[in-house]
Amino acid sequence: MESNKYLEDISEIKNMMSRSSRFISLSGLSGVLAGVYALVGAFLAYQVLSDYSGSSLVSGTMRSDASVVQQLFLIAIGVMLCAIVSGIFLTMKKSKKSGEKMWDVSSKRLVFNFLVPLLTGGAFCLVLIQYEIAWLVAPATLIFYGLACINASKYTLGDVRYMGIAFVILGLVNTQLIGYGLYFWALGFGVFHIFYGALMYFKYDRK
Amino acid sequence: MSLINNINKAFDHRIRLGIMSILMVNDHADFKMLKELLEITDGNLASHVKALEKETYISIEKQFIGRKPNTRYAATKLGKAAFKKHIEALEKLLGK
Repeated sequence: MESNKYLEDISEIKNMMSRSSRFISLSGLSGVLAGVYALVGAFLAYQVLSDYSGSSLVSGTMRSDASVVQQLFLIAIGVMLCAIVSGIFLTMKKSKKSGEKMWDVSSKRLVFNFLVPLLTGGAFCLVLIQYEIAWLVAPATLIFYGLACINASKYTLGDVRYMGIAFVILGLVNTQLIGYGLYFWALGFGVFHIFYGALMYFKYDRK
Repeated sequence: MSLINNINKAFDHRIRLGIMSILMVNDHADFKMLKELLEITDGNLASHVKALEKETYISIEKQFIGRKPNTRYAATKLGKAAFKKHIEALEKLLGK
């Protein structure tokens, strides 16, 4: 009977250690959805870009650069909003189930540690655009997103770390294959999210 | 019997065990965080914190965040060592 109590003690220790240091309600399914949105976004962006180069060559009814940039920008914002909203919604659902608070010390710490490298990367990309080094924007976003994931992984499910490493490698490879940014984006934000999201979904969510 | 001797009486309660576990992996935790994680009342938490403080296993740091008083706790060196010993004792008892 005594050993039963000790066993419970050990499991309480483990539970409190991981609960207090990691936010474990992150939903794997939200990663899959983010990947799907990214693929749809990449497809739309591809359409916009090929329309643009097509129309300028064939009919001469070339639309202004500004409208293309605007459309791409809208697609990017749309993808991001959809991913964030469904991510918050699914994580909320999961945290209710596991009894973990949605907005507590551990989730705040997670968001903070994720945002520091990410916002740094965002600012850096704006600087790249400022100096018209636009071709480095796609690799830079992949690399900084990867670093953000690696940094955040200490405060949530450890698998996020491997996705981060994959993103960093992809971004570095992309620097040597300039001009294929959209494909690398689709592979990273689309395929990687779906792959690692599904992995985490089957590993944790289905319990 | 020597194994039993390593079981620390100060940690022989679920809540004190929880407090120490949290402080082992976090540099510090404030009252509210402990309360939310352990899901207990103010009074209950305060009495267990006091017990651990008496053994000097944890240290208390009072400060102000803006105008709000904030009390945060950290495990002392002694507390960490004692807790490690306690866990080892538990593992040994179970391992047999």
